[in-house]
Amino acid sequence: MAETHLPLWRSGRWEPGHALRCYGHIVRMWIRAALAYPASFWMTAVGNMLLSGLDFAVIAVMFLHTHALGGWSLPQVAFLYGTSGLTLGLADLLVGSMDQLGVRVRDGSVDTVLVRPVPALAQIAGDRFALRRLGRVTQSGAVLVWSVAHLHLDWTPLKALLLVSLVICGTVIFGSVFVGGSAFHFFMADAAEVQNSFTYGGATMLQYPPTIYARDIVRGTVYGVPLAFVNWLPALHLLGRPDPLGLPSWYAFASPIAALLCVVVAGLLWRTGIRSYRSTGS
Amino acid sequence: MDDALIEVEGVTKSFVVRRRAGRFRRTRTVVDAVAGLDFTVRRGEMVGYIGPNGAGKSTTIKMLTGILLPSSGRLRVAGADPVRDRVRLAQRMGVVFGQRTTLWWDLPLRDSYELARRIYRIPDATYTRNLARCVELLELEDLLDVPVRQLSLGQRMRGDIAAALLHEPEVLYLDEPTIGLDVVSKRRVREFLARVNAERGTTVLLTTHDLTDIEQLCSRVMVIDHGRVVYDGGLDGLHEQGRSERTLVVDLEREQPPIELPGTRLVRCEGTRQWLAFPASASAAPLVAALAGRYALRDLSVREPEIEDVIARMYGEAVVAV
Repeated sequence: MAETHLPLWRSGRWEPGHALRCYGHIVRMWIRAALAYPASFWMTAVGNMLLSGLDFAVIAVMFLHTHALGGWSLPQVAFLYGTSGLTLGLADLLVGSMDQLGVRVRDGSVDTVLVRPVPALAQIAGDRFALRRLGRVTQSGAVLVWSVAHLHLDWTPLKALLLVSLVICGTVIFGSVFVGGSAFHFFMADAAEVQNSFTYGGATMLQYPPTIYARDIVRGTVYGVPLAFVNWLPALHLLGRPDPLGLPSWYAFASPIAALLCVVVAGLLWRTGIRSYRSTGS
Repeated sequence: MDDALIEVEGVTKSFVVRRRAGRFRRTRTVVDAVAGLDFTVRRGEMVGYIGPNGAGKSTTIKMLTGILLPSSGRLRVAGADPVRDRVRLAQRMGVVFGQRTTLWWDLPLRDSYELARRIYRIPDATYTRNLARCVELLELEDLLDVPVRQLSLGQRMRGDIAAALLHEPEVLYLDEPTIGLDVVSKRRVREFLARVNAERGTTVLLTTHDLTDIEQLCSRVMVIDHGRVVYDGGLDGLHEQGRSERTLVVDLEREQPPIELPGTRLVRCEGTRQWLAFPASASAAPLVAALAGRYALRDLSVREPEIEDVIARMYGEAVVAV
């Protein structure tokens, strides 16, 4: 028997620790590769920040003409804007490059991922990691801080916890949409557009109060792709706004459950995608 | 001891191809990329796997590496099912896709190796030893700190091969490792592979279009066509089965009418030079003697058969058989 480096129990299948570490190593490689062209890196990072700031400029201009949008004040809308942008930005930063998976499926380079002793998801999630996406995170984070400073909320430990949970769960929900959506690249030629409509499109939607949308659309974000759990539902509670759908008040705290469901569904989609690739090839 | 490393029994792989046939209709065709493959590769063997484009070479490699699931049949590598035990087997195999680099384009070559070290969890001592060995034999010393995008194709291929061997795999799959390389790079790659096989006993399966690779590296060659192994054995046997011919190139003192010699076939006649083909399995000596007795010769040489022709002839047969 030829020697192997690892005892069998260590070279088994399910090793989240090793997968996460490898994700980290791959991310670091991409950052270093990006910094090989510093001028390009800074230009795209600043560009990314300005571009995502434009959305907020649109909202600010609206408030030059009105004092409320769907009954919400500027700091309140800014809160929605900030939380939506921050969570999408973080998800985009961590796994957003997965929408490039279609290219890899077509050119066959997924094969090189599948022959390494690390789960494919960890490798593909880290693929083309783009640090410039910190632009959106920074800009949205700044708007969030500004809005919180102007909202004059009565902070309680529960509300603080809800805000932290909002950022984490929102990131997980958007991240799951990225992962689940990218799994479709294994079946379809151009799945990126569908996925983008839920991630970038969804995030733009969440920048505005739910009160300005038709109820059925809001209902779809609660029971369909659960984007309402990213910021709308917790924000209604935090900001003390009435719920346009009149949902039970515990929905405001249900984001972790929604996030968990999203992770499970995304995981299953991903598995199905990989399996389909296995049987059909590129 | 059973020293079979790769066992393939009745493996098939079919793909469903959907084609547009009119506005809404789609025709559904099942294409058998591999149709009943049987072979065994023993530990330490170096096997050449050849065949025309679309014969099923890459599909076979993809099934052996766990990328593709066979449609039917039994496939084992080191006793394990490549698809089910993909991650575990990945630790024990090295793969080089000739047309697809795994190196990091914008980073120095060294960085790609550092990543491999972490992904394969190679112990420090092993890593240092193997890297030093690869660097020495593949002459990578001056390339380690050069960004991969600045390397030539041959340098990159050497870099890729080193990357696939740092974790000391038991089996190495090479898909067209010499494609597009210059003569010097090809020679270096071949010498290195022969050495790895001889010194570490690494089992090597390589697909190639360049039959010199096989001549110089592989004692065993498998020819695949239409998803089936149509030949499995030594290179000599391939010549026999392909009814390959050697050629006597005869330089005569004076121009002569076409030579007629039993056991040979005149292929060309140009001035004082004539080309006579004879079966590769026959001996050249009696023919040379006969010629020398009948003609005044200035020079005489024997040319070995072009394997391309041999295989082309085999393919021709296989096509006819289907």
